[in-house]
Amino acid sequence: MTTEPITTEAKKVRNFSLLSNRAGAAFLTPAGLLVSVFVIVPFFWVIFVSFTNRTLLGRTALNPEFVGLANYLALFDPATFFQRGQFGFSLILTTQFVLASALIGQALLGLLLAWLIQTVPPWIKRLTETFVIAAWILPEVVIGFAWFAFLDRDAGTLNMMLNAIGLPSGDFLLDQPFWVIVVFNTWRGAAFSMMLFNSAFSSIPPSYFQAADVAGATSWQKFRDIAVPLIRGHIVTNLILITMWTFNTFTPFLLTNGGPSYRTELVSIYNYRVAFQDFQFGKGAAVGVIMMLINLAFALVYLSIGRKKKAPGT
Amino acid sequence: MSNRLRALALGLVGATAMAAPAFAVDLDVTCRCVIGGVNSATAEWIENSVIPAFEAANPGVNVRLNQFGGEDAQLTQQLALDFSTGAGPDVSAFDGFLIPSFVEGGLLKSLDEVAGAEVNDWSGWDALSEGSRALMLYDGKYYGIPLGTDVRMIHTRKDILAEAGIDADTWQPTSWEELLDAARAIKAIKPDSFPLQINAGVAMGEATTMQGYWLLLLGTGESVIDENGKFIVESQGILDTLNLYKTVYVDEKLGDQRAQLLADGRNRSFANFRDGVTALLLEGDYFYRSVTPEGSEFAVANRDEVQGWAKVPAQEPGKGIRGQDFVTISGGTGFVLNPNTDSPAEAWAFLSFMNEPEQLSAFQALQPRITARTDVEIPDSPFLTETSQTLLPLTTARPNDPNYNAVSSEIQRMTEAVVSGELSPEEAMAQYKASVTAIVGADNVVSLL
Repeated sequence: MTTEPITTEAKKVRNFSLLSNRAGAAFLTPAGLLVSVFVIVPFFWVIFVSFTNRTLLGRTALNPEFVGLANYLALFDPATFFQRGQFGFSLILTTQFVLASALIGQALLGLLLAWLIQTVPPWIKRLTETFVIAAWILPEVVIGFAWFAFLDRDAGTLNMMLNAIGLPSGDFLLDQPFWVIVVFNTWRGAAFSMMLFNSAFSSIPPSYFQAADVAGATSWQKFRDIAVPLIRGHIVTNLILITMWTFNTFTPFLLTNGGPSYRTELVSIYNYRVAFQDFQFGKGAAVGVIMMLINLAFALVYLSIGRKKKAPGT
Repeated sequence: MSNRLRALALGLVGATAMAAPAFAVDLDVTCRCVIGGVNSATAEWIENSVIPAFEAANPGVNVRLNQFGGEDAQLTQQLALDFSTGAGPDVSAFDGFLIPSFVEGGLLKSLDEVAGAEVNDWSGWDALSEGSRALMLYDGKYYGIPLGTDVRMIHTRKDILAEAGIDADTWQPTSWEELLDAARAIKAIKPDSFPLQINAGVAMGEATTMQGYWLLLLGTGESVIDENGKFIVESQGILDTLNLYKTVYVDEKLGDQRAQLLADGRNRSFANFRDGVTALLLEGDYFYRSVTPEGSEFAVANRDEVQGWAKVPAQEPGKGIRGQDFVTISGGTGFVLNPNTDSPAEAWAFLSFMNEPEQLSAFQALQPRITARTDVEIPDSPFLTETSQTLLPLTTARPNDPNYNAVSSEIQRMTEAVVSGELSPEEAMAQYKASVTAIVGADNVVSLL
């Protein structure tokens, strides 16, 4: 008596739906159309254009020709690959930028901040969080301009401060453009790492630390032997996310325009210049496809780690 | 009562709905001009003279001026993207050298194709001088109406030359060495100054190619293309030009290297001239007309006394293009019609209206310049009269080639690589050769080495 209704109900649940399949499909169609028009079609269009010599101006704008892999071969031409203002140079520059500003700058600073605010009085913790998060949520154009004004040689705030304590002025944007964008991106992105690590630390049972305290452990020992091993998964997730974001970031353009002399031309800025300043759509699309592949590799690593993390628990 | 009101309201709504599309036409005009900013006189002229007069003569047409305050290259970028998507202003200011690449890219149409055959009946065509006709012409068709042409020269600070013991009123270098000697003399008494400004670098865009590179290259007897229209990618002239850049910006620091590399470098070079940091500056007559007059941002104090000019010398006397002792180059600007304009007839009416003698005279009153039309009088301006009479016979034009714009960008990169000290002239030229060959193809380049 009791089993029968349950099984029928289970079957019903399995087949339960508010709409018929046809109606469901009809409701999905608008969204599906939008996604295909604005995501899927451009995706394949970019791949297609990357095999042509299409430009915006000049003869190849109206009559682009199929050039096969010529755009890709030109990007990887060994004769010019490492020259400033070429693809290889900006790829290497971007790698250095990701290493210095994301993996070392953002992640380390975020980890340090998150650890330090575990032990301070709550009001200092809240204050620190507010300032760090403010740096993260401000619109990019606003902070780009603020940093530009901050670093200006003649009227910049930084040089005024340096002069006030008797130090000489620096011409930061021209002499050290790479380190400027590294510091800038560290400042900009440390908040995310801090918040992520902060919540990771909060998930560790306080009794672990209390026991360590009883044993007389120093802060460094607690950090090294308890905190870090327990949040290893969070660290890997964080590193992959900030690597992808930093790889694709365009904001340094607001500070340096990719210059002087291409010294801060990250791949995203290189891609913009080729496609929308030189108007070489074909070559620009090829750069875009390569960036897409690199991002895909990051994403696969990220997904596989996520899957591994789940596997032991299930 | 309420029914009658309702009927009235409905009737009014209906009438305006019918009337509005039939009569009101909105026209958008864009120029790189801002009242009180860059090219202020052009903006004042359009806003205060052309638009009111045109609207009075054409009731129902509303014209709005977009004052674009960015750089030339940014306006080009905006127009190219706008025109390719069917957007953009109905009438826009336009630099003539861009016409071939826009036309070949399908982003501009000839005036008669946009606005109909009556364009060719306009009385103004016959009034254009022979030289200015070519400015907006491509493949025998007009793509816009030229406003005027220009010439290039060395602008001098006579007060600083005098300080260095040079007679500023008669100073006229006859070779690059004499030009450098004057700069060295000034540097000797003012070690912190940057006496000489020859535009270089990517940030200044076409101003690098036109006001810097071309003026030097023509002095070596060469051009960017040879007589068969092929781009010269290797030559002694290119090397000599790059070596002069190196001397000025790297070896002897006679010029302000920062101003060539920073994004707002051209304005910095203007400020240097205003502040007496730079005494010799290669620019067009535009610099005199529009940059340094009283009341503008870079106004030179006591200008009539302290600002002078000299011709740009060839490398050695007689070594310039066509065997000339002195060289210069001209470009020209005008206004074009958007090929996708919704109101081609009104847009053409506006374009031709602003190029009638009456309106052009109003412009001359604001800012005297070399006009495209021969029937517009230039008010008494000794500078303009002297420079145009001396330099127009010597002048050169840029190639009417759809790839010129892209090659020009490579020229800017080549100069930047040298003035930043990044590459030697030989290396920079090798990079230029590779890049230009990739743009125009190996069949269209030639080496003179």
